[in-house]
Amino acid sequence: MEKLKLIIKREFLTKVRNKSFIILTFLSPFLVIGMGLLIAYLTKVNESSVKQIVIVDNSQLAISKDFISSETVQYINLTQVGLEQCKVLVEEDKYDGLLFLPSGYKNLRELSESIEFYSVDAPNLMLVKSIESKIANRLKFSHLEAIGIQQQIIKIASYQVSIHQINFSGGESSKLGSGIKIGLGMVAGYLIMMFIVVYGNSVMRSVIEEKTSRIIEVIISSVKPFQLLMGKIIGNALAGLLQFFIWGVLILVFSYAASFFLGIDFMTIQSNQIVDAKVSVSADNLNEIIMVVREILDLPLITMFFLFIFYFISGFFLYSSIYAAIGAAVDSETDTQQFMLPVVIPLILGVYVGFAAVISDPHGPVATTFSIIPFTSPIVMMMRIPFGVSWYEIVISMFVLVATFIGIVYVAAKIYKIGILMYGKKPSYKDLYKWLKY
Amino acid sequence: MLQINNVSKFYGDYIALDDISFSIPKGAVFGLLGPNGAGKTSLIRILNQIVLADKGKVLLDGEELNESHISQIGYLPEERGLYKSMKVGEQAMYLARLKGMSKEDAKEKLLVWFEKFGITDWWDKKIQELSKGMAQKVQFIVTVLHEPKLLIFDEPFSGFDPVNAELIANEILELKEKGATIIFSTHRMESVEKMCDYIVLIHKSKKILEGNLVELQKKYRTYLFEIGIKTEYGDKLKKELSLDYQIKDANFQTLHNDVRLMVQLKEAQSSEALLEKIKTLGSVTHFLEQIPTMNSIFMNAVSNQFVNN
Repeated sequence: MEKLKLIIKREFLTKVRNKSFIILTFLSPFLVIGMGLLIAYLTKVNESSVKQIVIVDNSQLAISKDFISSETVQYINLTQVGLEQCKVLVEEDKYDGLLFLPSGYKNLRELSESIEFYSVDAPNLMLVKSIESKIANRLKFSHLEAIGIQQQIIKIASYQVSIHQINFSGGESSKLGSGIKIGLGMVAGYLIMMFIVVYGNSVMRSVIEEKTSRIIEVIISSVKPFQLLMGKIIGNALAGLLQFFIWGVLILVFSYAASFFLGIDFMTIQSNQIVDAKVSVSADNLNEIIMVVREILDLPLITMFFLFIFYFISGFFLYSSIYAAIGAAVDSETDTQQFMLPVVIPLILGVYVGFAAVISDPHGPVATTFSIIPFTSPIVMMMRIPFGVSWYEIVISMFVLVATFIGIVYVAAKIYKIGILMYGKKPSYKDLYKWLKY
Repeated sequence: MLQINNVSKFYGDYIALDDISFSIPKGAVFGLLGPNGAGKTSLIRILNQIVLADKGKVLLDGEELNESHISQIGYLPEERGLYKSMKVGEQAMYLARLKGMSKEDAKEKLLVWFEKFGITDWWDKKIQELSKGMAQKVQFIVTVLHEPKLLIFDEPFSGFDPVNAELIANEILELKEKGATIIFSTHRMESVEKMCDYIVLIHKSKKILEGNLVELQKKYRTYLFEIGIKTEYGDKLKKELSLDYQIKDANFQTLHNDVRLMVQLKEAQSSEALLEKIKTLGSVTHFLEQIPTMNSIFMNAVSNQFVNN
């Protein structure tokens, strides 16, 4: 044990004292916060640039009444100017678009199929959708009026539906809330993937370094190869956790400082970083904000924190022992390529499955399966947890993961033990299999 | 002190060591000799518990090898090196502590050795800043620092420059005086034969010879004598000698421009008789029985074994 401690200490210090570690640790939070602010800023800029849309309405339906200018779009009725003139104006970039409703239609259906929109650049999809729905609404009204139903009655008969999402543990959730859940899950899963790759590589490089500097035999005449392997993995895992910890503290401190000094609402920044920047919180939805805050507080944050640590450590053990075995098998980093692919594929798969399956259906069969498979579970399960995963699924997933990493560490240690003393020929998979039997 | 009993080691179908037995007395300098691939390194790795023997036992001071012996063995592997980006002192401390030394003990002894080799001011340098010769000194210190009872050197002088090799050789002999048992393993047999008391020869995973070096040299005596005689009648001399002995021209170095011959005695013939004889034929400047080199003993033993099998 004493020796294991010494090895862990050396590996940890070597990693932590490394310049790239220090730079990455202290620079990344600035980058993340900077990116967040940049996105928030760009969104603002985007919103503040007003689009001017010209309407030429020959339809006699007085459709322009329904087009009320907003903060982002300004509608100008230029029916008097005429289509040809307006086309020129739009082409000269005086306006951003031209909506044209023709006259001389036989019925409303024919009109609905002959409306045109002119613009220099392809218009943004959201805008077109909103124009389409406005016109459709107008046409519906006209149609109903024509068959004698009063506009007043139609208005009364229109309902706004806003579904309240409630789960069985009694929590109410909002759409923004599930956005935050997705965001948190994504961040956690993605972080685990990144750390496994970065720190796994660092374990591998450290093994290769010991081989190429020829110190390995000196070391293993004092300690067992397994101790050395474990020391390396644990030392690097601790360095990784330290990095997480520093980031956590820094982000909290900076966010707090920013909200304090700049008067920016803390929650807005948080949600801007985590959630898609398009989701903007407007003052009208105070209710919704309160709900979101409550939801974040309702999230099993402490459980998430511990599960994150668990999945990070277990996933890291699993993968870094494979990385170490690869490092032991080869003589230089350039020889590692052929062995890297099988390691990286499940990691990437985990992230893609997470992005695709978890968002669309966090408890569907694909997401569930991949959160049990040990090679993807650290990533996929972390993405699912914010949506609430039943405890027995978590237990199964944890159990399978631990059982697998013990098995993999055992196999990897065997390859490692033989590999570190082998120089020269680059081994094939067949050679590795043979080593297992020594 | 060290007993190796019927040790075998297999790598898959390959037999690295085949039923090797021998023992090493305390305080001896022991040569483990054999060509490349004979199995020396495998045996040494077993002694260091880096790999386990598939068959047989190794006893150190009568006790089967176990983890507590690690601190009693010092090992300089053939493939050796140090962490390049670690500082000398820190690294030496780390390696010493892995051998089970306490922090204070390690520091104290390191300072003594650093003083001795005149390298105290390297403590905070990184290995990559040192020359190869300098790094070798550090490597030697970390091998012997914990004052092991048994020191194992695999190809000790390969890679050392002559000055360092001499320095290291002297240090090793000093450690022997202090009571350490030393094992040299090498395929360059001539490099250690002057230092060894005992040797074992390994060839193709099998032990083919073992024993006291001087006794082995006696056993493999060639009865070949180099003689140098100053005479004006070289032809007559050769003619006289070839009546009783087998002779041929030799090419050893002497200070004189004299007749140089190699004389093969039969076991019954005495060297005194030869000397008496050549005294009458001129003035003798060189008279030397050829001591069999480890190389020739090895060749001899291998061919004998081949005949016996």
